[in-house]
Amino acid sequence: MSLDPSFVGRSYPPTAPYQVGREKIREFATAIGATDAAHHDPAAARALGHPDVVAPPTFPQVLTMAATAQIVEDPALGVDYRRVVHGDQRFAYTRPVVAGDELVCVSTIDEVTTRGGHGFLTTRTEVATVAGEPVVTVWSKIVVRGEA
Amino acid sequence: MELPTQTFRVTRADLVRYAGASGDFNPIHWSDRVATAVGLPGVIAHGMFTMALVGRAVTGWAGAPDAVVDYNVRFTRPVVVPDTDEGTEITVSAVVKEVTEDGLTRLDITATCQGEKVLSQARATVRAAR
Repeated sequence: MSLDPSFVGRSYPPTAPYQVGREKIREFATAIGATDAAHHDPAAARALGHPDVVAPPTFPQVLTMAATAQIVEDPALGVDYRRVVHGDQRFAYTRPVVAGDELVCVSTIDEVTTRGGHGFLTTRTEVATVAGEPVVTVWSKIVVRGEA
Repeated sequence: MELPTQTFRVTRADLVRYAGASGDFNPIHWSDRVATAVGLPGVIAHGMFTMALVGRAVTGWAGAPDAVVDYNVRFTRPVVVPDTDEGTEITVSAVVKEVTEDGLTRLDITATCQGEKVLSQARATVRAAR
């Protein structure tokens, strides 16, 4: 699977604001078995200095997966999604995501390489509030497996 | 310094619940038919589910749910989840590599399933609990 390296550096339009809901954080925390009170109880989160319940560290995937879909599904780049496996994932936080955040994602292609017949695509998504306050940067590398 | 090992059981029901909560409905995480058709041994866990469980281990060691400032992993081997009541189990351990002057702790993490490493280059930076 050969991917076009000229896509490196390309940025995609900001996503529509995502409203982080208290119940969504509770649902996500429950799904991963995260029982800490700060994920569920606003009073416990406030005791840690947050305005509302705190999302677990990997919660931003809920937003960024949709944000990077516009890259993976960009017909000009030509990724065959059936051949995609997840390579690397990184979250670098300015602060935790909390309920009440209204977040916008801007995704950029950081890396496009082809090695051993496989394509490698690294996207970087800057997640910030609608007011422009940076919250978390998310990198995701996918591998597009070559034809056997 | 080595941190106490933590284990996490993973069943098919967990994968279905995670699919719903995360919005990742890729059928390789719930359909044996689709998983085997693309060359997998069977249904596998979402990589991001494994990363989330390891994240629980990290916040558990840190003693605070909001302690993580940087967290990265490489997915090297799929976590196969059989359709049994027991499912499978992920074992997570870590060593403290560094404690910086500004109170950040860097962890090198190992995650295994059935005795095989499922992540490499798994690292987290956490700040001290308040």
